[in-house]
Amino acid sequence: FFFHGHRRSTKLPARCGVSVATMSGALSHQHQPYEAMDHGIGQAHGQAHTGKSAETSNLRPTELSSGTTILAIPFPGGVVMGADSRVSTGTYVANRTSDKIAQLHDTIWCCRSGSASDTQALTDYVKHYLGQLAVETGRSPTVKVAAHLMRKLCYENKDNLLAGVIVGGWDAVDGGSVYNIPLGGSCIKMPFAVGGSGSTFIYGLLDSEFRPGMSREEAHDLVKLAISHAMARDGSSGGIIRTVVVTEEGNAREYVPGDQLPFGP
Amino acid sequence: QWQIAPPVTFQQQQSRTPAPTPQATISSSAHNSSASTTQRSPLIVSTNSAVSSYPYLNPLLFLGFVLFSAAVSVMSAPISLAPGGSASRVSAKSGLEAATERTRQPIVTGTSVLGIKYKDGVMLAADTLCSYGSMAKYKDARRLAKVNDATLLGAGGEYSDFQSITDLLRRNALEDKCTADSLYEEDVNEECAKEVWNYLRAVMYNRRNKMNPLWNDLVVAGFSQPAFGEASEENKPFLGLVDKIGTTYEDDVIATGFGSYLAIPILREKHRPDLEEGEARALLEDCMRVLFYRDCRALNRIQIAKVTKEDGVLISDPYEIETSWDSASFVEPKGQLEGDGGW
Repeated sequence: FFFHGHRRSTKLPARCGVSVATMSGALSHQHQPYEAMDHGIGQAHGQAHTGKSAETSNLRPTELSSGTTILAIPFPGGVVMGADSRVSTGTYVANRTSDKIAQLHDTIWCCRSGSASDTQALTDYVKHYLGQLAVETGRSPTVKVAAHLMRKLCYENKDNLLAGVIVGGWDAVDGGSVYNIPLGGSCIKMPFAVGGSGSTFIYGLLDSEFRPGMSREEAHDLVKLAISHAMARDGSSGGIIRTVVVTEEGNAREYVPGDQLPFGP
Repeated sequence: QWQIAPPVTFQQQQSRTPAPTPQATISSSAHNSSASTTQRSPLIVSTNSAVSSYPYLNPLLFLGFVLFSAAVSVMSAPISLAPGGSASRVSAKSGLEAATERTRQPIVTGTSVLGIKYKDGVMLAADTLCSYGSMAKYKDARRLAKVNDATLLGAGGEYSDFQSITDLLRRNALEDKCTADSLYEEDVNEECAKEVWNYLRAVMYNRRNKMNPLWNDLVVAGFSQPAFGEASEENKPFLGLVDKIGTTYEDDVIATGFGSYLAIPILREKHRPDLEEGEARALLEDCMRVLFYRDCRALNRIQIAKVTKEDGVLISDPYEIETSWDSASFVEPKGQLEGDGGW
């Protein structure tokens, strides 16, 4: 029979609260009566409520997290990428001036959330491979290629990584586009993408305010408004809002100081 | 309301000799929000007003409620209004019941409380945030409470336990007042801050021995009466801490939570016993600003409270403190291609 040797065995993530061992036998007393939800507030009975979100509950005690808010909204001609600036270890703010929007290529950027070290390593790999690809093919890689490269790394190493990234940018083929690569390594092209622990607080706002085909200014304003709302409610997000507007001409960086947010902390 | 004067920055004050006393408009002592955990929704308020507008319904409702609570306590239902729950609770060790028989985790939590002694008395500072896990859920929670005219209490940790402690202390104060020898205020001997501190030590240690602590770090501030046999007749400023397992100590500067790591070094460096009110407030604000920068569970909206001999306990309204976001680290981006890969 033909079987790819490099295929890993599927293993359920520990977060689900049910281990593979108990699944095989009859439902033993170890089976959790309540579904362990991913939110920190809805964990199964008997477990300590530790206020940790899906992105941070599996971190080691001293591991840095960018439990964060990241957002990317495309517009005709480009993409607006936005993020907060807080990196935390537990409840201590390790870095309040961090830059979570990393450049992968000339007009391809990615927003990082989850473990800071994992996402930095992933970004370095993708930067390297994209640079190589550009030289080999003689033209700029597309956002789709960058996103799928990131996906491949996240998927093949899913047991060892805790990274949720948003890859966005401009290319000549698709214009502005945005791909969401959550924990586990799926790659989903989206009309807009939001991620990080603070994202849970702004789904409603984004669902009601987002319209396809928004102009550059509208998209930029919405990114700043949504991230400031998330920072107002999420303990793991805060500081300033960094944004990058990516177009064919180039990248325009901006930051909104923490005392001039559209919605106060 | 107590209008607190603008803070006088500490560095400025050291160059001038007589510090200007801020003109504080002092009227009746500040009100405290009622001890109710439930956030009042518009729906409940409108129902209450509808009900209360009907003059004959209220006594009936009250009677019904009294009968219901009596019935509940008589029937020994699994849930009960009595403190500590039903006495006849079956000790089943599964799921819901088991959770009430061991130490709980805090759910709605407040973060640091800071306190310093200054020239006129004692000053406390706390922010107005109660977090629900990592969510900043209640942004106008009052964590500084007046116990009596000589005692101020601040708490970090579980908010419901703090409310239950203030209820207990106020109930005791009322009972003392009603059972006093005299009804005249000047003859009444209120509990001083040190007595409250000692009483809370006993309460917290007792709960700790039952493996069911009140999950708070309490800061007790106020004036303490001279001990028996002490030479001085004056009430002295008092500042002490009681933690969730009943540890107590007193000091000139106190901080709980993250403040004990970030604020105590600053407070110890800058504290003097003859700080003016403006200086003390500026010092506390500086520490709260650092905490807002570096504590994930802090907010920049704070309250200041003071206990003085002349005015008793005064708690300010919440206000926002200034923060600074224009250093080079913020302005410079780090994620670009030609960057060093820094964060």
